[in-house]
Amino acid sequence: MWTFIHKLGSPPWFFGFSGTLVRWLLPITVILLLVGAVWGLLVAPPDFRQGNSYRIIYIHVPAAVVALAGYYVMAFAGAVSLIWRIKMADVTMRAAAPVGAVLTAIALVTGAIWGKPTWGTWWVWDARITSMLILLFLYLGVVALFEAYENKTAAARACAVLSLVGMVNIPIIYKSVDWWYSLHQPASIKFTGESAIDSSMLYPLLLMIVAFYCLFTVTLLLNMRAELVWTHRASGWLKQLVGDS
Amino acid sequence: MTSPADVANPLLFFFMVITLFPLGLGPDPARLATLAPGILWVVALLASLMVSAKLFASDFEDGSLEQLALAPYPLAVTALAEVSAHWLATGFLLSLVSPMFAVMLGLPEAGLATLLISLLLGTVCLTLIGALGSALTVNIRRGGLLLSILIIPLNVPVLIFGTTAVREAVLGGNPESWLALLAGLALGSLVVVPLAIGAALRVSLDS
Repeated sequence: MWTFIHKLGSPPWFFGFSGTLVRWLLPITVILLLVGAVWGLLVAPPDFRQGNSYRIIYIHVPAAVVALAGYYVMAFAGAVSLIWRIKMADVTMRAAAPVGAVLTAIALVTGAIWGKPTWGTWWVWDARITSMLILLFLYLGVVALFEAYENKTAAARACAVLSLVGMVNIPIIYKSVDWWYSLHQPASIKFTGESAIDSSMLYPLLLMIVAFYCLFTVTLLLNMRAELVWTHRASGWLKQLVGDS
Repeated sequence: MTSPADVANPLLFFFMVITLFPLGLGPDPARLATLAPGILWVVALLASLMVSAKLFASDFEDGSLEQLALAPYPLAVTALAEVSAHWLATGFLLSLVSPMFAVMLGLPEAGLATLLISLLLGTVCLTLIGALGSALTVNIRRGGLLLSILIIPLNVPVLIFGTTAVREAVLGGNPESWLALLAGLALGSLVVVPLAIGAALRVSLDS
């Protein structure tokens, strides 16, 4: 176990290992996404109130779930990087931020598209929507901070501090936005659904969530590999690898 | 803090931005009164962003920050001392003058005391988070706007608790629970954020 973790910290070893992992995970992700999409979009029954428009849930909810989990991945990598100064943790954190930001944006945009037919408006200052918007800001802050530093080692450590503070803050933000919303709740909008979801709709949703987790992992790994190639473009092991293939 | 202007300018900024709201929204006293808690709190937050950009800048430029980092005290403790001094000169004063501006905006008298207390507690959090942003961006040229981007999302709970407390008091309710939440945030931040500031300062000094 410990040797495995030690190996993870070595860029050449990680490059090989992640290559194998991507080779297996990428087809699995594509299959899961296809099966989930077909199941959710074609096979699952239409909702009795929303008709077919609810089907965007199969993109919206998985994106939102994984976006939030992505922040914790980033913050955890940040903690590892701060405590043990492992280079690969820096790379993980840096690679996770844009992926998470894009997923958050997807969740917000699909939410807006879903809101138009369901609530009659593109945007409401609903508790969950607002929390997601703030999560997007937190992600973009980390990306912006990373880009601002010229010294990338320092950038990674600064981002680690920021994402850890953000991680502590996220539950407080969610709770406070929740209270804020319940105090100002406009009466016109009533949103019920997920908790009472039927299993014929739930299973494809769960499958899509798993698929999105795989998608996140694959994108993260590919992002990390691109980063490794760039930072180690002058090192011997990479040249050897390119020369071999 | 090097000159009286450093103390006066944030208060002037606070005053001027508040003046913009009646000009932009119209002078209707009833509407201004309902918006007053939000206006005062948002402007206080903006003022704290403005002042925290410079918090560690002069210490960083003249090298005294490096000396402080070499001192036999944890950097977190030194940072806490700096932040406390900064708060006394900015957030504390801003809270003290806020009731005057609140009266100008027509905030009902029932909300004045709560506004003062909520800002006293809230500016502690705002200053600490602002100091963290300053520590992270002190070595970056044109870090001012970046600092705002980093810390605005972190300040969301403070803003919500603060405005809700004032609104609750204006409506005749009991704002104590909201003030207690703010106090909790302030105390929690006092414990946790200086550690992050210390770590961030080390990053900035090393880079």
